Amino acid sequence: MTAMSMIEAINSAMDVALGRDPDVMIFGQDVGYFGGVFRATDRLQQRYGKTRVFDAPISEGGIVAAAVGMGAYGKRPVVEIQFADYIYPATDQLISEAARMRYRTGGEWWSPITVRSPYGGGIYGGQTHSQSPEGIFTHVAGLKTVIPSTPYDAKGLLIAAIEDDDPVLFFEPKRLYNGPFDGHHDRPVQSWAGHPDADVPEDHYVVPLGKARIVRAGQDVTILAYGTMAHVALAAAQETGIDAEVIDLRTLIPLDLETIVASVSRTGRCVVVHEATRTSGFGAELAALVQEHCFFALEAPVERVTGWDTPYPHAFEWEYFPGPLRLGEALKRTMRL
Amino acid sequence: MIRNSVGLHVPEPCSRPGETPDFSHIEVPPAGSMPRPAVDAHAAGMRDFAYGLIRVLDDEGRCQGEWDPQLSSDVLIKGLRAMMLTRAYDARMVRVQRQGKTSFYMKSTGEEAVAVAATMALERGDMCFPTYRQQGILVARGWPLVDMMNQVYSNSHDRLKGRQMPVFYSSREAGFFSISGNLGTQYSQAVGWAMAAAADGNRRISAAWIGEGATAEGDFHYALTFASVYQAPCILNVVNNQWAISSYSGIAGGENTTFAARGLGFGIPALRVDGNDFLAVYAVTAWAAERARSGGGPTFIELFTYRAEGHSTSDDPTRYRPATEAAAWPLGDPIERLKQHLVVHGHWSDAQHEALQRDLEDEVKAAGKLSESYGTLKEGDRLPAATMFDDVYRDLPPHLIAQRAQSGVLA
Repeated sequence: MTAMSMIEAINSAMDVALGRDPDVMIFGQDVGYFGGVFRATDRLQQRYGKTRVFDAPISEGGIVAAAVGMGAYGKRPVVEIQFADYIYPATDQLISEAARMRYRTGGEWWSPITVRSPYGGGIYGGQTHSQSPEGIFTHVAGLKTVIPSTPYDAKGLLIAAIEDDDPVLFFEPKRLYNGPFDGHHDRPVQSWAGHPDADVPEDHYVVPLGKARIVRAGQDVTILAYGTMAHVALAAAQETGIDAEVIDLRTLIPLDLETIVASVSRTGRCVVVHEATRTSGFGAELAALVQEHCFFALEAPVERVTGWDTPYPHAFEWEYFPGPLRLGEALKRTMRL
Repeated sequence: MIRNSVGLHVPEPCSRPGETPDFSHIEVPPAGSMPRPAVDAHAAGMRDFAYGLIRVLDDEGRCQGEWDPQLSSDVLIKGLRAMMLTRAYDARMVRVQRQGKTSFYMKSTGEEAVAVAATMALERGDMCFPTYRQQGILVARGWPLVDMMNQVYSNSHDRLKGRQMPVFYSSREAGFFSISGNLGTQYSQAVGWAMAAAADGNRRISAAWIGEGATAEGDFHYALTFASVYQAPCILNVVNNQWAISSYSGIAGGENTTFAARGLGFGIPALRVDGNDFLAVYAVTAWAAERARSGGGPTFIELFTYRAEGHSTSDDPTRYRPATEAAAWPLGDPIERLKQHLVVHGHWSDAQHEALQRDLEDEVKAAGKLSESYGTLKEGDRLPAATMFDDVYRDLPPHLIAQRAQSGVLA
């Protein structure tokens, strides 16, 4: 075990994948020589050579298209979109091509590609360095969507994503790259050092896709969270004193419905929290599923604590970001406190 | 030509329904007038090839100039046969669509050489990334017509399991990549495939096709950029058949330049070819394939041709162009021109041609009967509807297992 930040864990996952499978190829903007604007691919080109880890033109559509073609050839491409906010030029390739390849060919071709992309807010990233577009992709049949919240999960989930034969969107909460963050922006920045989930094996391991993690066991209410919000949820539970069960979904598609239903059926209450805007966000799907599967166990309406239905603002970062205070209020409402 | 004028310029074709077709603006240089550069020639020195027109067959059906690929009569008759079979297949599939046995069809009439000659100049292991109008690739590679028809009928033997509209074929075995309804997307994927082959150093190459209309898509530019940056071993074909449904090529940006010229700006050798000249298409493709295989990188080819029929069975071309325009096309018909060449040299006769035509029609008919015995869209056998949940992912996830149970289509 080594203490790793999330960025180091992600780097380690790609190092392991490159070492184990000669068909793994990594490319994206500034990914090669420079090692990525967030250092995620640091030293990988020096270690594995330019034909396996290389820089790409500023063309998200072209990057994903090339990955789809390489996947059809038999490679296992892992590409980076520098910010999730810039994934939109690639949506035609992701939605119309990668997601449908296996289906439309009756299983003759598929897209074993992984698209890594830093995502989420809380960094004064403004409109185009803060977005959480996961709901756009969870709506697409054929794609898998993964969002880690700890270094341990980030490495295990990324290796699982790379080894998966289906196209996986791997959104990395960049606010968590260097340390956990619970939404208390006025407190000193923490690093991952000393955090139990920052103990990361140097070798190969996987965290299976489609399995949620119970971060905190509780009896009163279930909080469904992922990414940075898993840490916010933990803080809100501690600060309100409400015995909340915090579930980190880890994978949105496929979703671990079993763990969700078991928890809400027991607690009878559910609060969904995500950074993304509310309307038609993934929280709507979660609330609907809880209503369908836990209706007779529910003792209160399912609450959603989310980003507002506005573009992500710069100056009003902390009025926008769903922090522990807002989540705490929702928990109290749900408990009718 | 673009006229100087104030106000918004919106290009218009030279003739509309009710008018006399006018192709006077198209320059047709004599066959054999373009030289054949070395396969390692530098793109910067090849400007004229992007604006000229490489032609081998002259009006008398004789080969002219350095681009003559000097093919044996056996190879040429094989090519003629594949083009005629493609046309006979198209004719039958439109008939069955009119009979209601399938929902949709798209002919490739007039463009058979673009697919067949190019494919014959490639190796079997080379991967083709076609559009919906290169069925001639499958025919040239000897792929069973029955399998193609099964796809068109979405019947019980359709390998694509009834999920795709007709003509969106896929055959990994034939090196024919899955067709998508989204235009341009395969063009850039073909470059990725070639990059992967280059990384393996196995001398395999890819060939992609796109229509001149779809060159306006972003993927066209992604493809050229990536092909150029990584010197991917690929052949990027633009089939300029003058029409994108009802929009003439000027609307795609062809009014004041050639499509081939777009390749030059990316530093890719770009050649403009008579797309109805089997020998010219073969020769240029072979040149590009040799270049790619020997590490020379990509080649960009504009195949100048004419879409002789409607865009699809859902289209009526007499609403936007003269009904007699196809007959006026100055580059003629690819089948007639290759036939003339073979006849002139004593390798073929009208009697042989007619006999072959009858044989091919019989072959198509027999394949059609066999395929229809596996069902058509409306009648006969079909796959269990429960299969519609398969292959979304490699393994069926829990939510699809639940939806399949809920759908009531298990029986």
